[in-house]
Amino acid sequence: MIEGRADLPITYRILHEPRAVFGLGILGLMIAVALMAPWLAPHDPLEQDLLASFLPPSWQESGDPAFLLGTDTLGRDVASRLIYGTRTALIVALVAATLAALLGTTLGMLAGFYGGKTDMLISRAVDIWMSFPAVLLSIVLVAVIGAGLHAVIIAIVIIDWTRFCRVIRAETMVQKERDYVASGITIGLTRFRILIQEVLPNLMPLLIVLLTLEMGIAIVVETILSFVGLSVASDTPTWGNLIQEGRQYIHQVPWLLGLPVACVVLSVLSLNALGDGIKEVIDPETRQ
Amino acid sequence: MSSSYLLNRLLLAVPTLAGAVTITFVLLRVVPGDPIAMMTGPGATEADIALLRAHYGLDHSLLRQFVIYLGQLMTGDLGTSISLRQNVGELIVGRLPVTIELVLFAMLTAVSLALALALKGTFWRGRWPERIVDGFIGIVVAIPDFLWALSLILILGVAIPVMPIFGRMDLTISFDSWTNFYLIESLLRGQLEVTRSVLHHMVLPAVSLALPLMAITARVLKSCLNAEMNREYVTLARTRGFGRLRVIYSQALRNALVPATALSGVQFTFLIGGTVLVERIFGYPGIGNMAIDAVINRDLPLIQGLVLTFAVLFIAVNLLIDLFITFLDPRLRHD
Repeated sequence: MIEGRADLPITYRILHEPRAVFGLGILGLMIAVALMAPWLAPHDPLEQDLLASFLPPSWQESGDPAFLLGTDTLGRDVASRLIYGTRTALIVALVAATLAALLGTTLGMLAGFYGGKTDMLISRAVDIWMSFPAVLLSIVLVAVIGAGLHAVIIAIVIIDWTRFCRVIRAETMVQKERDYVASGITIGLTRFRILIQEVLPNLMPLLIVLLTLEMGIAIVVETILSFVGLSVASDTPTWGNLIQEGRQYIHQVPWLLGLPVACVVLSVLSLNALGDGIKEVIDPETRQ
Repeated sequence: MSSSYLLNRLLLAVPTLAGAVTITFVLLRVVPGDPIAMMTGPGATEADIALLRAHYGLDHSLLRQFVIYLGQLMTGDLGTSISLRQNVGELIVGRLPVTIELVLFAMLTAVSLALALALKGTFWRGRWPERIVDGFIGIVVAIPDFLWALSLILILGVAIPVMPIFGRMDLTISFDSWTNFYLIESLLRGQLEVTRSVLHHMVLPAVSLALPLMAITARVLKSCLNAEMNREYVTLARTRGFGRLRVIYSQALRNALVPATALSGVQFTFLIGGTVLVERIFGYPGIGNMAIDAVINRDLPLIQGLVLTFAVLFIAVNLLIDLFITFLDPRLRHD
């Protein structure tokens, strides 16, 4: 691949791809907010003040400057709940996406590289998995595992490993036909060693893109499960909890729905932009 | 398309369905919540609970329960719902028309919008409006149906309240339906007031479901069209004096549809899965909404029946898409 800027370091090229920069910027902001939540949040996110419930954002007429973005049904500070919700969202996104990637990539590489019975078994499993509606499966899973962040993470891993498995399997099959694999076999390397030391590094760029996209999906799934009321106990602040409350009282307090939805949309958009941006830089086929 | 191919595909669906049934069954039996306890409330005696447990067959061993369940399935009996105390098959058949109408309407919306976007984008190839189309697709594709539903409620239900955001039709209208296919039935029976209300309530949930599918289909179709536009036959047609629009419609589109359908086919099943949440958000009385209630109530027979229904729908849609592809591409018919 001969391309104008291909010789420049990859980090440089990513930092000059607008979508990637946008995605990185928002992601960085989210990480900062999550890390500094105790200092940023003006209130304890669980502190109730029943006399101050349903307050609108502070710039509106009956707003209270002490509650910047208003309060919820129990008089909890919406801004603080959003800030702590960022924490929950990021933890779920990072942990669930990484674990799903580990499981899916391992199985995908095995299926793609060894073929035969291994492939048949794994592909069949993927087929069965895909015949479930993902949302329904995740709801059933969380009902099985019980409420809590760990349940959400396990549910995401159990459902979304197929996304990695399908793509990685296909790419491994492509890589397997490359000359470097044949050379490895000729000089006497074991097939397992070729798979780990030679094929895996070539899968990395694709894997990073998938991982970024999966983080966005994980954030949405966590929101969905909180929305359905099955995710975490309501004393853990999540965007989904707010959304669920907001949907119930939509006509009284539309901001209670609007603000967390905006947070989820923004984080999903930025992670997608980051994934697309990285793909654009590292994938020679999308470049003309 | 030989009939043996079709038969083969149908046979392949059997182990998939069997797998789905087994996994759901096993998963649900390790659920900690006790459906009988949820059903009886605190006043029930031990004997009452044991009686009910026996009534629903929950007192047998897991393996025995599974064998009984499979035996019932073979005869088409999906069991009795624990929370609603009705036959699961009848419950699902009653609600299924609601979801089918919604899904078909959403798919139709998605496909027609996707066609329009992809064709327009291809027509504007290499000029600035194409970038706008691409940017629009890029943003729409990133946002899942769940978030579209909530955003549309906020924008068109609350900020500018022009759309209903709850239910299937106005509660003030009464409609005694025979089939539960409100839209089609009311149209056929000439009760246009009902049709109008049902359509009005259907717009937001259907659009929420349609937007992600529309964006992916448009993106795939557009890139397939682009590939076709670089082929020699297109250049040839253009040099012979055919207009760009005519070449796209009458030549490139047909060739691009085959790979585009194959690539975006899976997305149609995602739309069906999306009904679970979208129906919930809009209080739409279909099987998706029912599924969430079933999980919350630990209604094992109902959950099993619904998961099976969804799996059958998924497989049916995949099969239809395959049939459509072979219909489009005569080369595939005689394999």
